[in-house]
Amino acid sequence: MTKEQITKAIITQILEIAPDIDEADIIPDKNIQRSLEIDSFDFLKILTALNEVVGIEVPESDYGAVDTVEHMSEYFARRLEH
Amino acid sequence: MSQFVMPSLGADMESAVLMEWHVKEGDHVTKGQVIAEVETSKGVIEIEVFEEGIVDKILVEEETECAVGTPLAMIRSIGESPVQNETPPPPSVEPEPAKPAPHPSAPAEANTTEVPEEIRIKASPAARRKAKEMGIDLFSLAAQGEEVHLSQVESAAPPAAEKSAASGMRQAIAKAMSRSNAEIPHYYLSTGINMTPALRWLEEENKKRSIKERILPAALLIRAVVKALEKVPELNGFWKDDAPQISTQINPGIAIALRKEGLITPALLDAGKMGLYETMGALDDLITRTRAGKLRNTEITRQTITITNLGDLGVESVYGVIYPPQVALVGLGRIMDAPWAEGDALTVRKVMQATLAGDHRASDGRTGAKFLETFNEYLQHPEELL
Repeated sequence: MTKEQITKAIITQILEIAPDIDEADIIPDKNIQRSLEIDSFDFLKILTALNEVVGIEVPESDYGAVDTVEHMSEYFARRLEH
Repeated sequence: MSQFVMPSLGADMESAVLMEWHVKEGDHVTKGQVIAEVETSKGVIEIEVFEEGIVDKILVEEETECAVGTPLAMIRSIGESPVQNETPPPPSVEPEPAKPAPHPSAPAEANTTEVPEEIRIKASPAARRKAKEMGIDLFSLAAQGEEVHLSQVESAAPPAAEKSAASGMRQAIAKAMSRSNAEIPHYYLSTGINMTPALRWLEEENKKRSIKERILPAALLIRAVVKALEKVPELNGFWKDDAPQISTQINPGIAIALRKEGLITPALLDAGKMGLYETMGALDDLITRTRAGKLRNTEITRQTITITNLGDLGVESVYGVIYPPQVALVGLGRIMDAPWAEGDALTVRKVMQATLAGDHRASDGRTGAKFLETFNEYLQHPEELL
């Protein structure tokens, strides 16, 4: 998976789990939870769904590295390399 | 033979629209089975039947507005023979009960539930009615043959109309909260809780499991409230007929924000029987169904206490308004880093403000304090919450 494909998958999952969000409001370098009003429950759902797509589980200790769409794509891309 | 009637889904509800039957005449139904869906100001609610039997006759067609108490179907018990000449039930289609001009702008339309035949847009009756009242063209909202929902019509309303006519949910909240503040002498207690031990323990627990089985702090907090209520049951129940009534079942109403507007506090039914993992599973299911508008009647009528966790919104503490006839509300603030004294050292810990709003008719501050103390104790020994 390329980083672009990962980014696309992340956006798809956000829109899937929070269908009322406008795709234009998803800004790559903004905090996902705060800027889109996604609570911890839906955030976990997004990570669970992405685990199915990308095949990587994000441990809770790494939540700081997946706070924005940009960081999350980088995180998954890095983990996929190994 | 017994009547299956439109249930009351809250003190503020006068009528609802029967949307869909899940059964047909002659079907065998069991206790607790969902047999119909109705649309209310709280969204679409699934209605359960409370006895076993055979659906003898369906009295109300789909998409009909019915007042609370209107017979919807006849259920005969197993072995009973079908009745041929049952006296016809009272008319099922009732206009909104006479209220002083609920829709001053369009009183005539407000009572009309009939929809002209030529309109072929799929829309719920409530959505149609609202669209009519507000003069919104349903065609403009229908996309790719999808059904138009009430919320779409409401959000399509021009700003001026929105101001004069609050949504059904807003009105329901307004009624309940006004009643609460008028009737209930609230008292408030608050305490800071060191959440570091509980969060550390939870992180270790979560490491052992896959992401699908991960437990959120919210589930741990609900579990701790439930365990504390087992020790301080006075806060779990109702104030009815000038007397406290303690409930043996613990059905905490969980405040769940809907993204667009408003909030619902459906019950996590019989949470006292659940361990931590079951609590998380049930919470997951409840939040998902609340946001999808798929709750059951028992879930929106049987709350025995309310838990509001505004943690994600970032406020430090919540002083809630009790939902009558309940007698208490637990408010949980954001978990944040804060200075914390331990022995003679000053450290930084994850700290959460827990508040209790109590009905002073039903309990005293001492009971409330005992509850918060017990709640805190459990969070210092989270392994007891499994």
